[in-house]
Amino acid sequence: MSALIALNGAQKYFGAYHALRDIDLEIGQGEFFSLLGPSGCGKTTLLRAIAGFEALDAGSIHIDGHDMAGVPANRRPTNMVFQSYAIFPHLSVAENVAFGLRKRGLDAKTQAERVGGALEMVGLGGYGARAAHALSGGQRQRVALARALVLEPKVLLLDEPLSALDRKMREQMQGELRRLQRHVGITFILVTHDQEEALIMSDRIAVMFEGGIAQIDSPEGLYRRPASREVGAFIGQMNFLAGQVRSGTDGFVAQIHGLGHVPLAAEQSAEPLAAGAAAFGMRPESLSLLFDGQAQAASEATGRIADRAYYGDMTYYEVALDGVAEPVTISMKNMVGQPVLSVGDAARVAWDPRALIVFPGPGTA
Amino acid sequence: MAVGQARGQGRGLRIYAVLYLAFLYAPIVLLPVFAFNDSTIIAFPLSGFTTQWFVELADVPALHSAVLTSLKIAVVTALISTLLGICAARAATRYRFPAKGGIMGVIMLPLVLPEIIVAVSLLVVFLQIGLELSSLTVILGHVLICTPFCIAILNGSFQSLDVSLEEAAVDLGESGWGAFRLVILPLVMPGIIASLLIAFTISMDEFIIAFFLSGSDPTLPVYLWGQLRFPQRLPVVMALGTILVVASVLIIILAEWFRRRGVAKRGGSDSGGFL
Amino acid sequence: MKDFARGLVLVSPTALYALALLVAPMAAIVLFSFWTQDYLTLDTTLTLDNYREAVTDPIYGQLMVRSLYISGLVTAVTVVLAFPIAYYISFHVAPGRKALWIFLVTIPFWTSYLIRVFLWKVILGFNGVLNTSLMGLGVIDAPLTFILYNLNAVVITLAHAFAPFAILPIFVVLERIDRSLLEASQDLGETALTTFWRVTLPLAMPGVIAAVLIVFIPTVGDYITPRLVGGPGGLMIANMIQTQFLRLNNAPMGATLAVLAMVCVTIIALIFLWLNRRFLRGPD
Repeated sequence: MSALIALNGAQKYFGAYHALRDIDLEIGQGEFFSLLGPSGCGKTTLLRAIAGFEALDAGSIHIDGHDMAGVPANRRPTNMVFQSYAIFPHLSVAENVAFGLRKRGLDAKTQAERVGGALEMVGLGGYGARAAHALSGGQRQRVALARALVLEPKVLLLDEPLSALDRKMREQMQGELRRLQRHVGITFILVTHDQEEALIMSDRIAVMFEGGIAQIDSPEGLYRRPASREVGAFIGQMNFLAGQVRSGTDGFVAQIHGLGHVPLAAEQSAEPLAAGAAAFGMRPESLSLLFDGQAQAASEATGRIADRAYYGDMTYYEVALDGVAEPVTISMKNMVGQPVLSVGDAARVAWDPRALIVFPGPGTA
Repeated sequence: MAVGQARGQGRGLRIYAVLYLAFLYAPIVLLPVFAFNDSTIIAFPLSGFTTQWFVELADVPALHSAVLTSLKIAVVTALISTLLGICAARAATRYRFPAKGGIMGVIMLPLVLPEIIVAVSLLVVFLQIGLELSSLTVILGHVLICTPFCIAILNGSFQSLDVSLEEAAVDLGESGWGAFRLVILPLVMPGIIASLLIAFTISMDEFIIAFFLSGSDPTLPVYLWGQLRFPQRLPVVMALGTILVVASVLIIILAEWFRRRGVAKRGGSDSGGFL
Repeated sequence: MKDFARGLVLVSPTALYALALLVAPMAAIVLFSFWTQDYLTLDTTLTLDNYREAVTDPIYGQLMVRSLYISGLVTAVTVVLAFPIAYYISFHVAPGRKALWIFLVTIPFWTSYLIRVFLWKVILGFNGVLNTSLMGLGVIDAPLTFILYNLNAVVITLAHAFAPFAILPIFVVLERIDRSLLEASQDLGETALTTFWRVTLPLAMPGVIAAVLIVFIPTVGDYITPRLVGGPGGLMIANMIQTQFLRLNNAPMGATLAVLAMVCVTIIALIFLWLNRRFLRGPD
């Protein structure tokens, strides 16, 4: 995969605030790439730097092999869907979509065809004559998409495009955006703070914290092999159990407070395993409750239900394991005929040692 | 109970509000009443209908030249103060810059400063640097007091503009100037027109600064002031006043219409008036 | 950094204009106040003579005190009369019609101030509209004389002229009050009246303070109203400043009075703002 976009050592300061810290990033042709992180992590700044709205203080951005230094936003092969959509309120839907075609020197017929085609593509065929300010949120977003895609950019930049929509609409648009991206084959770069959205839509995700990239990986990679505790805690939920990594005769062994010791495999850690204090990460679904009559599991612990949240399809239990200070979260699918435990009930907890992820360093989380 | 209370309170307030409006409008309503009254004494009962006072307005050359002077001053003032207003309102709403509060404070100061202070301080300076009093000096003063009003109106127009609209235009290939011309300008145009009309009205009606700075060519209000000394001229003054007030009200309604159209154009909701 | 520069460049024409035609002239006035006029020649040695004269000659002191007194009275009357209107528009007018009401209230302001003041003279005069009407209706036998060419006339006229200046800032603040606060207050056991007293009014205070300053500051320097309807007992400091400049040809003395007027107004405004800040911070 040759890189369509390459950032090298990108730095950006706002006064004393370090908004982008030494960003290295390569994004391929046709990728759906997401920049994911909490607000203030620099993801929008990074997107705006690619678009040409923020100048880097150091480092470079290349798009399709061309250095973008000094190239203004209006001459970059990128187009943007703004968080507020930025639909021009004084123009009709068709005029909005045709806005960027003005300088392409098309004849009226070709232009009208392309505008119509773009509107058709986003499911707004026949809306061309509507006044822009009379549109709903979802429609405005589609206009913004059509307006950007009609210019056939090499890269489409999307700045939290779904955050202004209500939940139903958001879920629908997630699917549509994904299909649209496959259809046009253009590289999409999506900025979002919603980890679920990033997981659902992206080919690859860069997780950003405090101006730097913490990890770049596929959704599965991020979820299963988080490179750090921060990433593990940010993507989905994760329990952190304190303990030690010890070197044994057959390799490394995890000794976890309250759970005993189990052997470790090399792929359970992002870094080479080494003896020392460590936190052991475990997803809620890697632990399960054993109900009366269920057979003993290979790795089992006992505890008590400290709290529970019932979600209908799932129940999330907070379980205080015997001898462990912090309660662990356990998610259980609610099966027919299976009881829902109450606070205070005794609990048998089965866990899968292969699901442990090792994060070197002391402490729990 | 609470609802009944609120309703009673509302009724009381409504009566008060109507009385208050009557108080506000009493002088303006009386103006045309006496302008068409067939008597040189301004008092009730009315004696009869006449358009004589309006006809008399037609053959007073001094009045005509005063009207022309005022129009000239008001047009130039409106253009300059709106231009200065656009610069300041755009800067204040779009950019952060050092000492912004202080700079904007000084620019807006004439809004609360007694006009006589503005008038005498300008008079002192103009006389000292040897600038002869003329329409130009009145314009210089009027621009100073009109600009804050223009900024107040234009601020509203510029403020409701989403910054990303401009970025979107650039992102779609327009230059900075293209974005301004194709996106910003059409959206703030109603505000600009409202600003022009307001500045024009203020300048047409302004008296003190014109009184101090107008030199040998009096403006309309200065001419009017001179006429107030002659009781027999009062009905004519009333006729002239009627025309002025009607013109002002029409221009203001027009300005408000443009301002609201601007709001509607952006699909926004209306949030108040000029000030 | 780039934004800073752009903002400054953009604001500079307006700022420079204000600097050249507002700040510089005001500085000139201050400088002038330390000079003296000797018939036709201007003595540019710096001296406090004007200030000494302004303080010792009772005429100036009286005028200044009267100006501040009249302005204070006008401010009180205007704001007290305006508050219920602002409250009515904000709380009892349907949202869609608020803009119309505000517009109605502001229209008279946009008509010639000179003509409006003159009309009050016509209304309040000895043979004026009010007296002739009341006598015609048999309410009074002789014309009321306490309503023109005195302080009352000045107060009425100025209260009329500055009405929108008082209504608008109060209205703006009332509009920003979260209505659920009022419901919360009633939910916590307050009546409609005590809610107004303990919630609405305190929250409206910034608007009231703004209204007070916006009315008080310009009225101190008003010229037309005292001249047209004030009579000898209703003249204010601006009339004296005008006399010094245009009649007595004593610009330095006029400048001194202007400076003193500005200083008085500034001090009072600052005291007011200070009180307001204390008020907003609540009791220590």
